[in-house]
Amino acid sequence: MAPQSLAVTGRRSFLGAGAALLAAACTRGAPPLPPGELLATDYRLGHRLRDGGLPSAREVRKARVVIVGGGIGGLSAAWRLQRAGMADIELLELEASPGGNARWGESAVCAYPWGAHYVPLPTQEARATRWLLSDLGVLLGDPDAAEPRYEERALVHAPQERHYRHGTWSEGLVGLEGRTQQEKDEWQRFQARMQQLRNARGRDGRRAFAIPLEHSTQDPELLALDRITFEAWLRREGFVSEPVHWMANYACRDDYGCDYRQASAWAGVHYFACRSGVARHAEQDSVLTWPEGNGWLVRRLMERAAFTMTPGALVFRIEERPRHVRIEAWLAREQRSIAIEAEHVVWAAPFAFAAHALAGTALAEPMRAYQYTPWVTANLTLSELPHERHGAPLSWDNVLHEAASLGYIVATHQSVAVQPGATVLTWYLPLAHESPSAARQRLLATGREHWAGMALAELSRPHPEIRSITRRVDVMAHGHAMVLPHPGLVWGAARQRINAHRGRLHFAHADASGLSLFEEANDRGVAAAETILAAMGSRQPSLRYERG
Amino acid sequence: MTEHSVDPAAAPPAHPPVQRSEVLTRALLASVFVIAACGLVYELIAAAASTYLLGDSITQFSVVIGVYLASMGVGSYLSQYVTRGIVVKFIDVELMIAVLGGFSAALMFLSFAYAGPGFRVLLYLLVVLVGVLVGLEIPLVMRILKERLGFKDLVAQVLSFDYLGALGVSIAFPLLLAPRLGLIRTAFLFGLMNALVAAWAVWLFRDRLARPLAIASRCAVVTLALGAGFIYSEELTRLSEDRLYTDQIVHAESSKAQRIVVTRWREDLRLYLNGNLQFSSLDEYRYHEAMVHPLLASMPHARRALVLGGGDGLALREILKYPQIESVTLVDLDPAMTRLFTEAPPLRKLNAGALSSPRVKVVNADAFVWLEQSRDAFDFVAIDFPDPSNHALGKLYTTSFYSMLKRRLSARGAAVIQSTSPLYARRSFWCVVTTLEEAGFEATPYHALVPSFGEWGFIIASQAPYEPPASYPMPLKFVAPEMHPALFAFPRDMARVPTEVNRLNSPALVRYFESEWRRSPSQ
Repeated sequence: MAPQSLAVTGRRSFLGAGAALLAAACTRGAPPLPPGELLATDYRLGHRLRDGGLPSAREVRKARVVIVGGGIGGLSAAWRLQRAGMADIELLELEASPGGNARWGESAVCAYPWGAHYVPLPTQEARATRWLLSDLGVLLGDPDAAEPRYEERALVHAPQERHYRHGTWSEGLVGLEGRTQQEKDEWQRFQARMQQLRNARGRDGRRAFAIPLEHSTQDPELLALDRITFEAWLRREGFVSEPVHWMANYACRDDYGCDYRQASAWAGVHYFACRSGVARHAEQDSVLTWPEGNGWLVRRLMERAAFTMTPGALVFRIEERPRHVRIEAWLAREQRSIAIEAEHVVWAAPFAFAAHALAGTALAEPMRAYQYTPWVTANLTLSELPHERHGAPLSWDNVLHEAASLGYIVATHQSVAVQPGATVLTWYLPLAHESPSAARQRLLATGREHWAGMALAELSRPHPEIRSITRRVDVMAHGHAMVLPHPGLVWGAARQRINAHRGRLHFAHADASGLSLFEEANDRGVAAAETILAAMGSRQPSLRYERG
Repeated sequence: MTEHSVDPAAAPPAHPPVQRSEVLTRALLASVFVIAACGLVYELIAAAASTYLLGDSITQFSVVIGVYLASMGVGSYLSQYVTRGIVVKFIDVELMIAVLGGFSAALMFLSFAYAGPGFRVLLYLLVVLVGVLVGLEIPLVMRILKERLGFKDLVAQVLSFDYLGALGVSIAFPLLLAPRLGLIRTAFLFGLMNALVAAWAVWLFRDRLARPLAIASRCAVVTLALGAGFIYSEELTRLSEDRLYTDQIVHAESSKAQRIVVTRWREDLRLYLNGNLQFSSLDEYRYHEAMVHPLLASMPHARRALVLGGGDGLALREILKYPQIESVTLVDLDPAMTRLFTEAPPLRKLNAGALSSPRVKVVNADAFVWLEQSRDAFDFVAIDFPDPSNHALGKLYTTSFYSMLKRRLSARGAAVIQSTSPLYARRSFWCVVTTLEEAGFEATPYHALVPSFGEWGFIIASQAPYEPPASYPMPLKFVAPEMHPALFAFPRDMARVPTEVNRLNSPALVRYFESEWRRSPSQ
């Protein structure tokens, strides 16, 4: 009996020792979290709006135009007004720096985005965007050309995208290797269906899904898509396979920060069917991008700004009067409130924040229909590029197929250096799998370490060396990043009621469209500016798209 | 994966357990763990080395593992013919495995370098021999152990230690052994472990062996040989590399940017970067004369020159033959290259000390980034970049790069660009021409035969139509006015083909180059 019992304990202790060794090796292999900062949208200041009790203004000053919000909508409005020669514009921004979702950061390594990082090739309808890009030297030649030419350095360099699935990198967003014939067939059918919707026009002759979406057909048959979720629509159309559903959900997470079971089918299809922009010498799915993402555009706009920008400004009361609009704002840096009487006010901040300032008016109620999805982004500073193994090479956009995040983009991708060395990866996590308010609660309660650890854990699957080459992980928590296009928002009553408002107060945020997209924010900003210019008697031709 | 045939004979009655026997049992089980680990390592090394040397990982791994497993089966079968002196046979088998397995990686690399096609024969011979021996060892251990354990325990314990050893190594090999030690050293390390198991067995069974001293000395010889191999594995690597480069290596270093190897065979000095031949001193004058003179001799007004790439200083040597050139800026990414070609006497002699000339300024920078930040204007630019074999290098051949180049040229300035082979990479060559034209240049392609490279192509990019010079102001070995018709004419097999333009966002050139050099016979 003795040898047997000996052997059993021997084997058990051996196995135990082996497990302990393995565990020790694992923990020893994980160095402490790299340093970094947690940045956040200024929710403390924002919450003062919700909680009320801000002191009334003692000082009153005057301005011709006040723009509330320094994101793409507000900056586009300022650009358009400035282009028409208007001075005396004041821009109030809640945060410390402008840009909104297009904010950026910069380190000794390179500039990197904190949010939106590309602009798709502008469509014919996105005329204002084309003119803006032309002014900034990105679009070369005639902005109204059927096939405009763009500065080659701004077009995304090859390779554009790859995805990581089942332990391998492959080109493109979705791979069909190893899929069943049925999945492949359904994928082809999905592509064909989206192509058909991209070319479709309503009975009024307009495109079914245009961007800016205002130019879309009002055919009730197509607007009906806004009453169901994207997921429900897919099932109704007989799409059941994983690749199609993954792609559809990815699209909603990518553009709206929400799950495809939350987004309306109109919004979901819009992602696939609205991009009809083309460029000379570029593929149709090409995009314009810069190291700091759309922050590059913000930078250029701020460089040529002829207006004053006040950061840390919280507008808490708006009152429309016959000859001016009176706004009151809390200036956090000066710890006092001021009032401004402006001939016109452009509201270019999230609409839900205006509900407080407009309490008691007819506008407040539809504004409460707006919900916002929170995001986390992390910028990982690496001492060298992630190591290349087999599979598709490092690309601009690197999508993780089996992860909560969307993956990462490489800030130095547009660099022309043969050996870029250090780089920054921007990791995008939409908090899409729970309700926006629950996710926001979690965001408030969670520290940098959690998100940094999560980013490293996700990236260590394709890049086992990631921890040893990561020098910093900076994290940004975006509480109200994107409007949630739930069924009924895009083509529902609330948005219409706000957009129908006429007067000295103008709405110029992407919320006016219900989709948080660059072209929408830009077009709304330009539209508000042109309305103001017209009211002031300027006879400049419009930079926006007009049919026919 | 380690399937061993089990001796079907029922276990004889167990001896009463004594202290010594327990120690022996444990020791033998521990050695099962070690020899299982060793057995798997040799298999992984053979598969990894053949993949490394021959490519096609799926085939190499599959075939090597299959042959190895089959050989183990043969070994297990043969174990029935070992009837007497099992312990001695076991020790001998261990020593043979130690030698064959321990030297396997070194033998494979050397045979690849020296034996050429014989490599595959040796590879499978090694796989079969090691497989047979490894197949033998476990049945022998079981038969030694069966005197101590019941049949049920015997099978359970031997096999579980066997599998655990395999597990340990299969995890350690890709994570630790292959990347840290390398294949050659890993093989020696595990060979040593086999030898130590043999030595340990000699010690354990010292009173049952007929001639323990003779066996022990065999162990010592094997251990010493393997230890020497382990210590001198760097030299063995060098030996196989020497042979791969055919000539004697006179300089080898790994800079941050690349592996630089210089070889010499009699009068022939050769430079390799990452294994690719950059020049042979026997015919490099053809390449560099052809690159520099047709353009520069036509530009008597040229004063300021720029060389991008070309850290070897050989293009520089040709440029400095023109007394009217007042200054040359050389921009090369790798300081190790420019240092080597400034300091090493034979290389310095080759470029006539060009890098130390008072007219030359050396800058170590990324050429595209440098060009973008530069504000100088140049009359003559020679571009000698590596071939566009990847996306990063492909950026140096784009419309963006050439537009930038154009901005750095003086009013009458022009550039010449090495543009790979119009014969082996015909579409790549003409793609560079098309791209230069798209960027607004007058492109004048020409070619020269450089024996060590083959037919090689250059393109003159000028802002006005180019006229070849009527004469050359100094004696040259290769380029002469009467060569011009041959230089500028393209025979049918190299004639222009329509191509796309190479752009940052659609790198047509990288695709052409990849497909053309893949099917090309040379390089």
